[in-house]
Amino acid sequence: MSAPVVLEARDIKRDYVVNRGLFAKPKIVHAVKGVSFKVEKGRTLAIVGESGCGKSTLARILTLIDPQTSGDLIIDGNTVEIASGRPSRELRAKVQIVFQNPYGSLNPRQKIGSVLTEPLQLNTDKSAAERRDLAMAMLQKVGLQPEHYNRYPHMFSGGQRQRIAIARALMLNPSILVLDEPVSALDLSVQAQILNLLADLRDEFGLTYVFISHDLSVVRFIADEVMVMYFGEAVEHRSKAEIFADPQHPYTRTLFAATPRADVETIRKRVMARA
Amino acid sequence: MSHISAQESEAGVGADIPSRIPAGNPRAQVLREFWYYFSRNKGAVLGLFVFLLVVLVALFAPLIAPHNPLVPAGAIQLPPAWWERGNPSFLLGTDDIGRDILSRLIFGARYSLFIGLVVVTLSVSVGITLGLIAGYVRGWLDIVIMRVMDVILAVPSLLLALALVAILGPSLVNVMIAIALTLQPHFVRLTRAAVLAEKERDYVTAARVVGAGPLRLMVVTILPNCLGPLIVQATLSFSNAILDAAALGFLGMGAQPPTPEWGTMLAGAREFISSAPWIVTYPGLAILITVLAINLVGDGLRDALDPKLKRS
Amino acid sequence: MPLLSVKNLSVSFDTSTGPFKAVAGIDYAVDAGEVLAIVGESGSGKSVGMLAVMGLLPKTATVTADEIRFDGRDLKGMSDKERRQIIGRDIAMIFQEPNASLNPCFTVGYQIEELLKKHLKLGRRERREKAVELFKDVGIPDPAERLSSYPHQMSGGQCQRVMIAMAIACNPKLLIADEPTTALDVTIQKQILDLLMKLQADHRMGLIMITHDMGVVAETADRVVVQYKGRKMEESDVLTLFTRAQSPYTRALLSALPENATGNRLPTVSELMSADGAGASA
Repeated sequence: MSAPVVLEARDIKRDYVVNRGLFAKPKIVHAVKGVSFKVEKGRTLAIVGESGCGKSTLARILTLIDPQTSGDLIIDGNTVEIASGRPSRELRAKVQIVFQNPYGSLNPRQKIGSVLTEPLQLNTDKSAAERRDLAMAMLQKVGLQPEHYNRYPHMFSGGQRQRIAIARALMLNPSILVLDEPVSALDLSVQAQILNLLADLRDEFGLTYVFISHDLSVVRFIADEVMVMYFGEAVEHRSKAEIFADPQHPYTRTLFAATPRADVETIRKRVMARA
Repeated sequence: MSHISAQESEAGVGADIPSRIPAGNPRAQVLREFWYYFSRNKGAVLGLFVFLLVVLVALFAPLIAPHNPLVPAGAIQLPPAWWERGNPSFLLGTDDIGRDILSRLIFGARYSLFIGLVVVTLSVSVGITLGLIAGYVRGWLDIVIMRVMDVILAVPSLLLALALVAILGPSLVNVMIAIALTLQPHFVRLTRAAVLAEKERDYVTAARVVGAGPLRLMVVTILPNCLGPLIVQATLSFSNAILDAAALGFLGMGAQPPTPEWGTMLAGAREFISSAPWIVTYPGLAILITVLAINLVGDGLRDALDPKLKRS
Repeated sequence: MPLLSVKNLSVSFDTSTGPFKAVAGIDYAVDAGEVLAIVGESGSGKSVGMLAVMGLLPKTATVTADEIRFDGRDLKGMSDKERRQIIGRDIAMIFQEPNASLNPCFTVGYQIEELLKKHLKLGRRERREKAVELFKDVGIPDPAERLSSYPHQMSGGQCQRVMIAMAIACNPKLLIADEPTTALDVTIQKQILDLLMKLQADHRMGLIMITHDMGVVAETADRVVVQYKGRKMEESDVLTLFTRAQSPYTRALLSALPENATGNRLPTVSELMSADGAGASA
């Protein structure tokens, strides 16, 4: 009945050593303190938390950018080990990432065509013509045009750049996409377009999302399950409906209460109180 | 249709800068923008003009020069044409053995530009390589490279070049090697600093996620984004090289007479500074004008390249 | 008479592709003790307009206005020197990046005392007392000790509190807050917004809240100006805005809020505006 688990984390920990000057003893910071979760195929897990809670560190571990200090990462049933060497081509192709800041995640000196064909060039044996065709097709899928192929990133707006970043992530046909705050740098109207695009792509490619965000209203829109992180720990992990209806952990409650809401009744009350 | 709405909705609503998506060749657009910022600096445009003039003079020296620069052609120590006793066929006069100064200056431009070009090529290529390695690999390799560079920088550059030439023997080639060596630490430092900053940016991580190896990351991904300050530094080094070569020539360590190198010309004319001041004045002016022009261009490049890099 | 009144303000910048109009003929008016929110997306000119009023734009900007009047005085015809006396004292401003707005080389105490010295001409002892008092007002724990901290030793929220303390130091009549909580976490944002609203009420200040966040508008504003591409799309009181917005752009913006989503698609601004038959005049 339930879909297969494509991504599983078992007690993942990540420590950093921070050097504090020449004479102070180096300090060990526990950025992620033993996080476990499973994501089934086609589902979206949202990881919510504030800055410094370890959610971006976790994202880097899930996308094989940094190794975990301990714990197991299991992708498609295989335990992944990258501490000893670079991940294989097959593994690369399975997990990809979209970063928060579309102004930083595209190389300013690289044309869009090159951005999109680079993954294929590095990981497949496709010919230049095939790579070009695939990139063109992907441009269209994310709502851009073939003539954008030869342009540089600075000619695009933030939303368009995020589309390009999404297209790059999809070039290798991944099964899992880690989205690290993909819409928090965007304007409201553009945010809506990108969220729609992500929802469409999820259905079309059967993608599994790990959606990292601090914005609860966005999470409420896109997630199936929500995991709340606080100081490196997952304090609550339940289905979206449950967690929004009845948050259990005190931190989750604080977070929900702090989120400003454009709710007419609340505004009316506030206006009355002021007058 | 869908294309138009996608463009309007995206570029229109969210754009910081005017939402005109430029038509035509993107490279031409980049150049046009570069020229816009460069040309706002009037000094830089003047410098570029003078520099191009010097380049043209050097290229067509045999056609322009009225006399052979190596062979005495007229009376000894003839003053410039507009002075008393001046001869119009020797516009800037003749030197202590009767060679035409103008012709020697025209041929001297070739040496100066050649020295500048070779020195910059040499120091830039070595400097960038070392800087990339130091900044990307870090660790002990970084420490070794940077400490060696610190040692080179700790010795006054002219003194170091002088010592090197003394060891290698005075010749134009050795002068170029020596100057390149003294200039190259600047490029190492600059490249390393730029690599350190760029390395942490998301696009580098993104390239790693799609499988780019260290060499590709260094050369294809990171390096092009570090070029802005390097170009500026290269221009300034170009003029430094000319200046240092002239200084070494003046000290008798550079090009040997009768080569019409500007610094060497100055050295030969030192003793006539009171009796025939024009022999010293014009090579000095030539150096001054060329170096000034190049430095002005460098300033203009800095103006033009910096905002561009920040914006994209 | 409004505290600040701006009529027909326009700002344009010289760029390599010709002049670019960031603000095109906008009127603003804020009364004493009122919270005006200026909402818009990037490129709407919401910050530029206020910076122009303060005279804080670079030389490449051309500012024109029929009137800029603050507290009965004409800011437009004023000399730079006179204007500087008003700004920082009667009009204060806080920015999005609290860490970037504080000088990293000096302690926060030194920075706030410099300000008190310059504008209020207080003696050394009084300055210190006033600084401690201000820190207490903005909710910084151990105010006396925190005065000797450097900005990098404080969190983003703490730095923003320091900025607010500096802004209210001279009892300004008008406070302009440019995206004051955008760089902060939501729990900190809540505290800072609560603090701003409390100070605004206590001091009866006029407050201009520049923001892109409809949630922030809902929690703070009395009156709202919605801007799009340098033009005013709508001006109404906050309740009207959220219940019966007049302009199609505002309605589109509100329905693009993820919390207003129905089903699994969000209506986008361009769809709604074309459906309304009122495409944005670029």
